[in-house]
Order: sequence, then C-alpha cells, then structure tokens
Amino acid sequence: MVRTNWKVFEEDYWAISTTIQELLKNSNATSVLLLDKTGQLISSTGDPPEFDMYSFASLCAADFEANAQLAKLIGERDFSTLYHQGSNESMYLARVENNIILVILFDKRTTLGLVRLRTKKAVDNLETVIRQLYDKLEYENEELNEFGEDFAAEAELEIDTLFSD
Amino acid sequence: MSLINYSSREINVKIVYYGPGLCGKTSNIQYIYEKVSPDTKGKLITLATEMDRTLFFDFLPLELGKVKGFKTRFHLYTVPGQVYYDASRKLILRGVDGIVFVADSQKSRYDANIESIYNLHENLADYNLKLDEIPFAIQYNKRDLPEIISVDELEQELNPQHSPAFEAVAVKGDGVFDTLKAVAKSVLRNLS
Repeated sequence: MVRTNWKVFEEDYWAISTTIQELLKNSNATSVLLLDKTGQLISSTGDPPEFDMYSFASLCAADFEANAQLAKLIGERDFSTLYHQGSNESMYLARVENNIILVILFDKRTTLGLVRLRTKKAVDNLETVIRQLYDKLEYENEELNEFGEDFAAEAELEIDTLFSD
Repeated sequence: MSLINYSSREINVKIVYYGPGLCGKTSNIQYIYEKVSPDTKGKLITLATEMDRTLFFDFLPLELGKVKGFKTRFHLYTVPGQVYYDASRKLILRGVDGIVFVADSQKSRYDANIESIYNLHENLADYNLKLDEIPFAIQYNKRDLPEIISVDELEQELNPQHSPAFEAVAVKGDGVFDTLKAVAKSVLRNLS
C-alpha cells in the first residue's frame, strides 16, 4: 500500500527519535534524518547541519525515487539502500517500509561497514514503529482531527500576510 | 498527502506547479522567492540544464508561521514541462496536496497546454487521484504577449470544472501571488 497522507503522533515520534538517536551513537555518524518519499522531513538528529534541511530532504527523496525508477528498468523492485561516497562526507540511504527513507550522513570517523550494520537494525525497529502507526491511522476517528473552521480562518489570514507583492 | 506531526506540531503540505515546457512555472517560483521575506523562505533548489530548462524540479520551502499552534510549511515544486521528462513529473506528483496549472496563453502553445493537462490527468490517475478532488488553480500566463488566446477559449478547453483561474504575467509578478493564495487556502481548508 502506498500511503501518502499520514500523521505522526507523540508516542510514535518518541519511538522514532529514540531509534535514530541510537543509530547516530552506535554508528558514529554525524547526522541521521528520517523523511517520507514525498520529501517531507519527519525527524532528524545529530550535528545541526549548515544546509537547509527541508531542501536536503526533498533532494534525498528525489534521489531515492529516481534510483527506484532505474532499478525497475533493470528488473529490480527498487534499490533498498543507496551509498554516495564523498572525499570527506558520505551518505547512506535506506528504505524503511514502503514510504520512508532513512538518511545517514557520516565522515571518516566511522566506516561504511559499521554504518550499514547499524542501519539494518535501526530499519527493523523503525519498520515496527511505522507499521503500528499505519494500524493506528487505519482506525483513526474524527476526534483525532484538531483542525476546525478556526484553523482555516486563521490560516487564510497568515496566507494573505505572507503572500503579498 | 500532507504530513501532520502532532509531536513537533508541524504541518507540511506540497503544492506542485504543472504545465507545458516554457509556460512560466519556474518564473512563478522565482518571483515568490524574490518577494517573500527572508525569514519565511528556505533555499531555492533548481535542478536545471545549462540552458535553464528544468531537468527534474525546482523546490522552494515557505514557512507560514504558526496556525493554531502548528508550524505550517508549504513546499512548492515545479515539474519539468518537456514531454520527454514524464517519469520525473510523475515522481514529483507523489504526495501532492494542491496543484497550480500554468497555461501558456500564446496561440502557438495551445496544443501544448492541452497535451500537458491530459498528461496531468493521466499521471494523477496513476496515484488513484482525480483533479477535481484536489485543491487546484489555473493560471493563464503571458497575457502581455501578442497573439494570445482569449481567456474564455482557454477556460473552455482547460478548465471545464471552473476551478479558480487567474490571468498572469509571471515574469513581472502579475497574478503570481493571487494564484498561490487561492491554492494554498484551498489546501488548508481541506485539512480543517
């Protein structure tokens, strides 16, 4: 199932945060980010990056998706992991469930082997959390929606202020 | 399609600018980037060829501020308009919350507009989406040029569902914010 519309609740968020913080520590990486396949950043941990994280997340999602299309052309479902090697900084990307991407940024203080090993365990943990989250969304009721008419009215005022010549 | 994070109290929504090649999608985003205050915008990402044709997408994150305690962000994307890049267009539509179709008003681009809107319908169908179920606005761009088609004629062919429509000269900024506001409000009304 391809889920494109979803919500992250408090307890899931903390379960996700704990897992990516552990991954950061165990793999000796510099930063770990979790995003969905539409490029939305869900959570991040590690050194505060000097770049715009939202732009970074959108490019990671595009990178992953472009590679998934390449995989299909050669008869694979997708590439479940990607590795980009730089002279100082490198990136490792791994698919979590169908719709989530885990991105690990690391430098020479660690090795690809260690990052790959720790990521595998983190992906297993995250898949459990994400599946629970999906189950919850299947049974979501109206009460979970905190947005009402006030939200739309307030949002429209903000939009008029922000988007003006 | 939006991501609502109840823990960090954030809402992220995705708006995609669609349309034929050289219709002015990137011009819309560039104008918005120039005009919004620096503290509300992120980095403008452009994946373009050396000839300034969009290769994959343009991306601009905008922060609306807090609405009912939720930090609300708009992620604006453009698709590459050239027919050749259909696979890229399809990828960018994934998770879309609102669409702006930028039509080129010039007579010579009439067929390209029609082809592009059909392509939009087809690509949405791949995600089990229909255009009339998604917040949508249409922009008739390049109204300052000679040899243009009347808005009535464009409406008839491209906007039979009578979604909000705006005349524009995107390079000068005319109509750019009106179009964005219409679709952004519609997206947020959809959430409430």
